[in-house]
Amino acid sequence: MNRFFGFIKKEFIHIFRDKRTLLILFGMPVAQILIFGFVITNEIKEARIAVYDKSNDDITREITDKLVSSGYFQLSKKIEDNAQIKETFKRGDVKEIVVFEQDFGKKLINGNSPQVQLLLDATDANMANLLQNYTSGIIHDYSRNIQLSSNEVPVINAKPRMIFNNELRGVYMFVPGTMALILMIVTAMMTSISITREKEMGSMEILLVSPLRSFQIILGKVAPYVLLAFLNGVVIILMGYFVFDMPVNGSVALLLGETLLYILMSLSLGILISTMSNSQQVAMFISMFALLLPTMLLSGFIFPVENMPWPLRWLSTIIPAKYFIILIKSIMIKGIGLAYVWKETLVLLGMTVIFIGVSISKFKVRLE
Amino acid sequence: MNEKKVYYKTKKASLRKKYEIMKTILYLLQKEFIQVMRNKTMLPMIFIMPLVQLLILVNAATFEMKNIDTFVVDKDLSSASRELISKFQGSPFYSIVGHSFNKSEGEEKLLTDEADLIITIPGSFENDLRVENEANVQLLINAINGSAAGLINGYSSAVIADYNKNIISDWTNMPEMAESDPIEMTYSYWYNPEMNYKIYMVPGILVILVTIISLFLTAMNIVREKEMGTIEQINVTPIKKYQFVIGKLLPFLIIALIELSVGLVVGRWLFGVPIVGSLWLLFGFAVIYLLVILGFGLFLSEISKSQQQVQFVVFFFMLVFILMGGIFTPTESMPEWANYVNMINPIAYFMEVIRMIMLKGSEFKDILNELISLSIYAVLSLGLAVRMYRKTA
Repeated sequence: MNRFFGFIKKEFIHIFRDKRTLLILFGMPVAQILIFGFVITNEIKEARIAVYDKSNDDITREITDKLVSSGYFQLSKKIEDNAQIKETFKRGDVKEIVVFEQDFGKKLINGNSPQVQLLLDATDANMANLLQNYTSGIIHDYSRNIQLSSNEVPVINAKPRMIFNNELRGVYMFVPGTMALILMIVTAMMTSISITREKEMGSMEILLVSPLRSFQIILGKVAPYVLLAFLNGVVIILMGYFVFDMPVNGSVALLLGETLLYILMSLSLGILISTMSNSQQVAMFISMFALLLPTMLLSGFIFPVENMPWPLRWLSTIIPAKYFIILIKSIMIKGIGLAYVWKETLVLLGMTVIFIGVSISKFKVRLE
Repeated sequence: MNEKKVYYKTKKASLRKKYEIMKTILYLLQKEFIQVMRNKTMLPMIFIMPLVQLLILVNAATFEMKNIDTFVVDKDLSSASRELISKFQGSPFYSIVGHSFNKSEGEEKLLTDEADLIITIPGSFENDLRVENEANVQLLINAINGSAAGLINGYSSAVIADYNKNIISDWTNMPEMAESDPIEMTYSYWYNPEMNYKIYMVPGILVILVTIISLFLTAMNIVREKEMGTIEQINVTPIKKYQFVIGKLLPFLIIALIELSVGLVVGRWLFGVPIVGSLWLLFGFAVIYLLVILGFGLFLSEISKSQQQVQFVVFFFMLVFILMGGIFTPTESMPEWANYVNMINPIAYFMEVIRMIMLKGSEFKDILNELISLSIYAVLSLGLAVRMYRKTA
């Protein structure tokens, strides 16, 4: 046992000696959370639109004002003729053009149903869909009010209530995702690289001939990183709370416990990667390239998993970040306890066990 | 006569010199290619993994709502309320996951994520509608994903408004009111009439894959030679700095361009992504972009001490550049300072331009600004790469 602690001590010294890497390890996640928390969002806020008002009367101006005062849009351009439409879209700074037909106001007063046309740059279909929905909602409201004020007809009012996120803030969606992504990749990368590094430098041999057992070697190597990664995790949660106003409605202890579990899972994934690679280059490539995009896309970080085709939904069940994101949202935002999230917890636990089991069976005590 | 002879002699000498330079660079190229090709673990990762990711992940990137899990609390159970529910049932966007009289049962489903929407119809629904001419329907929406909640709200209001029209035409003597809206709205989706989100994602993911490959390979390259000690062997040869840098850049430029071409073919044939604009323009822009990335990668490699260090730095820049570049979330939604940062983000330029050229057929004059900025950037980053390479240890 003494031997083992000596080994852990050596590893700690090893890591804390390299101030530059240490700074990167701590500074990087913090910087990334800060940047992404503010930047990654698909909220529509003051999106630039253009108006092509062929009528230019009181009513079209009123509708335009309604669009702008909603806070979703800002009027960045007035278009004067058809040729400008194409040019505007091609330059790409405006994604929606609202076209009012001639004599719009007159037709409306005479009850002739004037036409408003929404031209959308649909290269980004997701964005176009959102823009169209928001705009048509506003215009539709306007039109409905006219209809109702002039006639006595039965009306059904839809009264929406936004649960868990009254103000529809983007951070509720994206901060948990950012946490999951960064925590996992940094942790997996740290561990896999530090072990393959020993292999590449040849110092692994020295460890292998020592009386330490192979699991002790691995455990000793990753022990400092557990501490580092957990500190990272805590800092990230604190930033979510203080900088991004994420609530912590559930139990803090549970939140920290799940974070620790997720870190252990990422560490064991890192160990697994290191047993499969013979150089730092390969380890890095796997932990970055193979993990980055799938984690971003299939975890529900940005795109809701439920809307994907079934093979991808199926694939998403093996993405660990997916479960952590559910856990974070449940505990922090919904404020629910283990009774609701035991399934996700078990999945993470199971993944950890599997990763460690496979790593132990693949770990080679001898060199080729 | 003599002067002419000297002239030819010097010309010949300079030609030979040029030939020698070319030969040196060619040898360097050969060396790099051999190194890449003989690494049997890296090779499939460089060529196969990006394509597999492209094929799979493009399908994931959609905000489209297809299955809104809906829980119904119908306290009225009148013909009107039933008809309204059947409207929701008939819509392809909704799948009803349960009924109850009890609202708290629905709220429980929101907590466990089994439902995203609860429709509550009050007990007096039909009565209110007939007597007071006004009735309410409550929609409880799980809004953790704000934009999805906005869409759910939009769709649901539309379904309810539609049903409202039915009622007006059935119950009142003014059926014409249901026929026409006071304002008629039409939509036209430019460049993508079918609203296919994949054609937007393919170019975006291609940019990421090409960038990861080229930045990663160059950044690891020199620092690896440093760690292995082989850089010393090159340093003692008479190879010039710029020859060395060219020798390091060209192979990865070629690999990245091959990758881009294969990706374009896959995107064209499998995902039906249109390539409206000029391919020449696209590849011209890609070369300039890659020079920026490769120069940057070499620069990082030259100033780093170990592979571990350079990896973390590359990872940092890559993630920041990718996510800020507007791949998944539009740059328009970002705060203003982010748009300033994007002025030094090469990925943001390429991401935008590749989509403009491929999908909208933007021409040289439309992308001139981006082209100029990126060219300046390329000169800077290559200049740094050449300058920072030290032949002395």
